[in-house]
Amino acid sequence: MDTLNSGDTAWMLISTGLVVLMIPGLALFYGGMVRVKSVLNMMMMSFGALAIVFVLWIAFGFSMVFGESVGGRGLIGDIGQFIFLKGLDNPSALIGTIPAAVFIAFQGIFAAITVALISGSIADRAKFGAWMVFAGIWATFVYFPVAHWVFAFDDFVAKTGGWIANDLGALDFAGGTAVHINAGAAGLALAFILGKRVGFGKVPMRPHSLPLVMLGAALLWFGWFGFNAGSAIASNGTAGLALLNTIGATTAAVLAWLLVEKLRDGHATSLGAASGVVAGLVAITPACAFVGASGALLIGAIAGALCALSVGLKFMLGYDDSLDVVAVHLVGGIVGTIMIGFVGVDVGIFNGGGTEQLVKQIVGAAAVLVYSFVATLIIGKIVDLTIGFRITENQELTGIDIAIHAEPAYELTDNSQGSIYEFSRGE
Amino acid sequence: MKLITAIIKPFKLEEVKNALQSAGVTGMTVSEASGFGRQGGHTEVYRGAEYTVDLIPKVRLEVLVSDNDAESIVDVIVKVASTGSIGDGKVWTSPVDQVIRVRTGELGAEAI
Repeated sequence: MDTLNSGDTAWMLISTGLVVLMIPGLALFYGGMVRVKSVLNMMMMSFGALAIVFVLWIAFGFSMVFGESVGGRGLIGDIGQFIFLKGLDNPSALIGTIPAAVFIAFQGIFAAITVALISGSIADRAKFGAWMVFAGIWATFVYFPVAHWVFAFDDFVAKTGGWIANDLGALDFAGGTAVHINAGAAGLALAFILGKRVGFGKVPMRPHSLPLVMLGAALLWFGWFGFNAGSAIASNGTAGLALLNTIGATTAAVLAWLLVEKLRDGHATSLGAASGVVAGLVAITPACAFVGASGALLIGAIAGALCALSVGLKFMLGYDDSLDVVAVHLVGGIVGTIMIGFVGVDVGIFNGGGTEQLVKQIVGAAAVLVYSFVATLIIGKIVDLTIGFRITENQELTGIDIAIHAEPAYELTDNSQGSIYEFSRGE
Repeated sequence: MKLITAIIKPFKLEEVKNALQSAGVTGMTVSEASGFGRQGGHTEVYRGAEYTVDLIPKVRLEVLVSDNDAESIVDVIVKVASTGSIGDGKVWTSPVDQVIRVRTGELGAEAI
């Protein structure tokens, strides 16, 4: 029987807080990249995803991910085993060496951030209610099963866990497949379902505030220490290595992204630096505890360059992945996952391993990519056909903040304060 | 009475303002403006997508003067705002029927 380790518990309490910080970090990162008229909606999609997904996580999500694998097939956890966290929501229940409550909260934010990441591909044009419905359905039918495949190890919470983690043996430390490939493939599918923004490719859609983008990237980076080093579920050397690599890969990715920009466009931009930060963080996520420092630098550099080169794809292929969820999360997630097969300590081709691990990595990445893309197409189409996913063209031209949320992001003078015609709707 | 309107480069505002104060001007209105003329715009690049930005930031300066002062004040603005390079802006005058100081109700030249 495991006993509680207070060092592990302290670190995981902090890590959970750090991971929560990634939600406002992402909201700022995405919010700064859209135009003035849709900042609030962009940020609301992140906050909304956290709210709906975490409630579902408590209700049945945790059980679907970490419950006993149904029929021992490794596809989905038993929804009834921990429904509403039955037996776990008390101070004495343990998972590993930490309180069950802390492990549950930590993993729950992973689910929320994965859903929030998708919102970048549908900026400026999704009904907020439809997004919330989609977020709940997608978490239930895509994230919870995939997280079970990847994160549920045998004999940790339940006796039998997911197929990618146990049967296939693909390595994914903190979610290159379950989080980033998953969100990236879903973002691509959703960009197809919603279609392009009015005027895409014709009217300028420049980021309205690059300082917000950089602040968001910085908060994401800070929060990512919880995401990656926290995925050790312990306060130990593995967490330390993950933390070091989370800095190394990210800095290498910034250099690579800026170099591509300088050579291709003539200018190294702040948006490029912020994007490089996120690309590096994404790519090192699956690999952070499985590679050495030089492996991390290589992963970061490749991800930074490849992601920077991928942002032009949407213009060539004609889909409006507004904030480049595909170029950053799908491409970055694939780079990190596959590169474990090359630079992974003991298992990578460059480190004396054969091709065996590389094949496992490719199978794991492909399985998540295909499942997520197809399932998202189906879910997105159903939401679109039933309640409608897009706002009207007029609402889009007016701006989604005013049209859907009835508030503008910025009020820089008192001249447009308007007049109060009703003080309270409650009386 | 005349209204002098000047569109100038933003970094010239302080110099022009001081010169006008020295020339006896007692009031002016300044607003941020943007526009284009012969100077044209510039390009910006975001994640590989290139945008041409046509509208360049300028400062719009408005001064009310008596008919007699108009020419010399315009001269001051043109002289001080000039850098010799493209994009220095424009100055024009227009006739004004009436001016009223809101606080006192003074009219015409008294209100300037």
